[in-house]
Amino acid sequence: MKYTQKDFKSDQEVRWCPGCGDYAVLAALQRVLPKVCEEKGIDKEKVVVVSGIGCSSRLPYYMNTYGFHSIHGRATAVATGVKVANPELCVWQASGDGDALAIGGNHFIHSIRRNVDLNIMLFNNRIYGMTKGQYSPTSKLGAVTKTSPYGTVENPFNPGSLVLGSKGTFFARSLDVDLALSEEIMLEASRHKGAAVMEFLTNCVIFNNGIHSDVTDKETRADRTIVLRDGEKMIYGKDSDKCLVLDGWRLKTALRSEVSEEDILVHDSHSDNLGLQMQLADMRWPEFPVALGVIRRVEDGTYDERVDTQVREVAAKSKIHSLDELLHSGATWEVK
Amino acid sequence: MQHKVIDAEDVVIRFAGDSGDGMQLTGTLFANTSAVFGNSLSTFPDYPAEIRAPKGTVSGVSGFQVHIGSRKVNTPGDYCDMLVAMNPAALKANAKWVSRTGLVLVNSDAFDEASLRKAGFSTDDPFAEAGVSDRNIIVAPITELTKESLAGSGLDQQSVLKCKNMFTLGMACYIYSRPLDYVYGYIASKFSKKHPEMVEPNRKVVSDGFNYAAAIQAVPNVYKIDPAPLEKGTYRNITGNQALAWGLIAAAQKSGLKLFCGSYPITPATAILEELALHKSLGVKTMQTEDEIAGICTAIGASFAGRLAVTTTSGPGLALKGEALGLAVMTELPLVVVDVQRAGPCTGMPTKTEQTDLGTAIYGRNGECPIPVIAAHSPAHCFDAAFTAAKIALERMTPVLLLSEGFLGNGSEPWKIPSMDSYPEIKPRYAKASDEPFRPFERDAETLARSWAVPGTPGLEHRVGGLEKQHSGALSTDPENHALMVAERAEKVARISDMVPPLEIDGPSKGRLLVVGWGGTFGHILSAVEKAREEGLEVSFAHFDFLNPLPSNTGEVLSGFERILVCELNSGQFASYLRSTHPAHEYLQCNKVQGQTFLVHEILSSIKKAL
Repeated sequence: MKYTQKDFKSDQEVRWCPGCGDYAVLAALQRVLPKVCEEKGIDKEKVVVVSGIGCSSRLPYYMNTYGFHSIHGRATAVATGVKVANPELCVWQASGDGDALAIGGNHFIHSIRRNVDLNIMLFNNRIYGMTKGQYSPTSKLGAVTKTSPYGTVENPFNPGSLVLGSKGTFFARSLDVDLALSEEIMLEASRHKGAAVMEFLTNCVIFNNGIHSDVTDKETRADRTIVLRDGEKMIYGKDSDKCLVLDGWRLKTALRSEVSEEDILVHDSHSDNLGLQMQLADMRWPEFPVALGVIRRVEDGTYDERVDTQVREVAAKSKIHSLDELLHSGATWEVK
Repeated sequence: MQHKVIDAEDVVIRFAGDSGDGMQLTGTLFANTSAVFGNSLSTFPDYPAEIRAPKGTVSGVSGFQVHIGSRKVNTPGDYCDMLVAMNPAALKANAKWVSRTGLVLVNSDAFDEASLRKAGFSTDDPFAEAGVSDRNIIVAPITELTKESLAGSGLDQQSVLKCKNMFTLGMACYIYSRPLDYVYGYIASKFSKKHPEMVEPNRKVVSDGFNYAAAIQAVPNVYKIDPAPLEKGTYRNITGNQALAWGLIAAAQKSGLKLFCGSYPITPATAILEELALHKSLGVKTMQTEDEIAGICTAIGASFAGRLAVTTTSGPGLALKGEALGLAVMTELPLVVVDVQRAGPCTGMPTKTEQTDLGTAIYGRNGECPIPVIAAHSPAHCFDAAFTAAKIALERMTPVLLLSEGFLGNGSEPWKIPSMDSYPEIKPRYAKASDEPFRPFERDAETLARSWAVPGTPGLEHRVGGLEKQHSGALSTDPENHALMVAERAEKVARISDMVPPLEIDGPSKGRLLVVGWGGTFGHILSAVEKAREEGLEVSFAHFDFLNPLPSNTGEVLSGFERILVCELNSGQFASYLRSTHPAHEYLQCNKVQGQTFLVHEILSSIKKAL
C-alpha cells in the first residue's frame, strides 16, 4: 500500500478528553484510509474531510488531508457542495448527534434523499458535550441533563430509522470500542456509491459516561449486540445460543434450541427489504440485541453523478457552447 | 380617417388587464417592436403576488409598462401617456398613473354591471369614479371586434377570446406608428411549427386591430417616436436577472472555472437560478437546495473544491445566510452572494422593490465581518456588476455581496451585446506546492489575499474552518493573533478599492448640490437631474456602484459641494453610512419606502428643496 496510518495523521495535537470515544473512531479512519486509497486507486489529496461543530467535528484538524471545519449543522451541506462540484473527490463527513440530527437535520435527510456520494460518520454520544452537557435529539426519554434537570419529556431520534425512513441507501453501526468493526464498516461505506451513514455509539466520558455501556461492556457485549454480516444467520450471544426469527411480520429473539435452524433469519443488506432492515436498525437492548455492521446497502444512482451526467447530456444536444453563442441567442436586432 | 400625426420625444404605455389577459406578452411585443424600430426603451412588469387571483378583481390585475423614446430613456416612466385597461379592475388599479393629458383605451365589452361591481366600482360611470373622465377615452368593444375578426377562422370560442390582446396590440401599434413586422415575425416563429393553423388568425387579428384604430374617430391623434441615436451594434432585450446570470457565466469563462450555484427559490431572485439551470451546456452546475442555508453552504463547499461559487437570494434568505457568510469571510474563500432586494422586513412585500438590505449587506453578521458590497444600477448593468463581483471574489479571496433589486431583476432594457474580448481576464490566486509546509492564511503583500489550494492538488493538504487561525492555519485564541487577523481581513477588503474605478461626477465637480444615489435608482435620479437642469438649476450627480469599499475619491468628490442629497428607497441607510465614513459633509435625504420606485418628480422636488 502506498500510504500508512501515519500519512493521515496531522501535526495537530488531538485535544479530546482522555477516554473520549472519538479517539477510536479517528484511529479507525486513519487506519482505513490507506486501504480506501488503494482500492480506489486515488492519492490522498483527493480525500476531503468535512465537519460541522461539536466535539467530534474537530476531527478534520487531526487528519492530514484537505479538511473543512464548517459551522454548526451544515457539514452535510458543505460536503454536498464539495462532492457535487468535484465528484472525483472522496468526501468524508464527521458530525455529532446534535450537529447532524438537531440543527442540521434538514441537510442530513436531504443528502440521504438525494443520495449524494458521501461517507457520513455520525458520532452518537446522546449528549451535547462541547457545550457541557445538555440533552441531544438522541438522549433517551427522561434523560437528566443540565437543560433537563427533571428529565427530558421528548422522544429521541433513532438515527437508523431516520436514515431508512428517508430511503437511505446505506446504514451501518459500530461501537467506539470495536475498532476493527469500525474500520470494516468504513471500508464498506467507502465502497458504497451514495450517502453512506455510519453510526458510531461513542462514549462521552465527562457528561454522559457509560451511556452505551449496556451494549459496549466487554463481558455482556456478545449477548446484547448482534453483528450482521451478509449471508450469515442472525445468531448472537457469547455461546452463539441466541438468534433472530420472524413472528409474523415482526422480529423476535429466540434461543436456537427452541427454533429450527431454517427459521433463523439470514442477513442480506443488499435486498431492498426496508421493512425488515428498519426493524433491525430499531432494535434496542433489553428487548433486542443492538444491530451492528452494515444493516442496509442498496444500489441507486447518486446525485453528484446524475448532475454530472446531465451536464454532459445537455451539452451534447445544446446549440449553445460558448458565451458568445449565448449572448446572441434568441431575438436580437442590429442598430446601423 | 385621417389622424393628426404628432412627433413625440417619448411616451409611456401601460398595458393592464386580468392575469389571464396576456398583458405581459402584449407589453413585451410592443417593447420589442419599438426596440427593433430603434427606440431607446425601458420596461417594468407589475405582477400581482397571487398566481391566479379571483378573475376580475383588483388584486388580479397584471400590468406591463413600457417607456419608449427618441432619446435615451432612463426609467420605465412615472405616469403613462396611454393606459390600456382590459377590464374595470385594471382601470381601477391603474387610473392614478394616467398623465393629465393621457389616453385611456378600454375594452368596453368587459365593462358590464357585474364586472364593475367586482372591481369595486359603485356607480355605472367608472371613468368619473376613477377620476379620468377628463382624459381622452377610447371605448372599444374589443371582445366583439375580435370575435368578428376571427369569424370563420375555424378557431374555437376560447382560442378566439385569447386573441383579444393581439387586437389591442394592433390598436396600440397604430396609435404609436409602430410597424407590424416584428409582431408578424413573432407569430410565425411561435406557431408555424406546432400550430400552423394559428398563424393566419393571429396575423389577421393584429392587423384588424391596427385598421380599426385607423378607422375610428375616438383616436385623437397618432404619435410618432423617431429612432433614438443609439450606438451601432447588435442589441437584445435583457432583464436584470438574466443579465446577472449571464455575467456570472462570463466570469466563469474568463477565469477558466466552472460555475456552481446553490440556491433556494425566492421572489424576486428565482429567475437567476432558473436561468443558470438552463445553461448546463456551458458547464454550469445548479443545485436547488433544501433551504437558504444549504444554498450558501453548498456554494462554500464548491468554492473550497475550486469552483466559481454563487448563491442567489432576496432579503429573508440573506438573513438566513448570515452565519455562513461569516464562514466564507473566516475561511477567505471566493463566493458571490446575490441579494435581489424586495420590500421587508421579514416576508414584507415579496413582489415589490426596495433598497432596504444595504445595512444588512454591510454590517449584518456576527463579529467583525467585512465583505465587499457592489450594487447593480440598471437591468443590463447586472451583467457587468456580476462579472466584477466574481472577479473581486476570485482575485482577492473573499465573499462578495452583490445587491440587485426587484425592479432591476424583473425590469428589462435593450442591451448592446458586448464582445467578451473587451472584458478583462480573471486570475484566481492558486497556491503552489513547495518544500515548505503550506500556510493557508499567508497573504499577498500587496492585496493581503491568501492563496487558494484546491483539493486534488498534491502537497497542499490543509484545514480551513470558522475558528480563528494563525497564518500557518493552526487554531489560535491568542489575543494578539486575533487582533491581527481581524485587522488584516478588514484591510484586505479596504484594499479592494484599487479595483474600484473612481466615482464619476455627472455635471460640474463643484457647486451647491450633489445628488447621490446607489443601485437601481440610477435612471430615476438621472432623469430628475436632467429635468432640473432643463429648468435652469445647477446640480451635479454621482452614483455609487461600489458601496464597500467606496471609491477612493469619494471624499474628494463630496468635498466639492455645499450639500449632498442622498436619494434611496429606504429610510436613509446609505446616508447614515456616508455620515459615518465621510462625516465632514452636510447630507440631506430623499427617501421612499413604499415598495415602489421613485417617481422622477419626487426626486426633482427634493432637489428644488435642497437648493
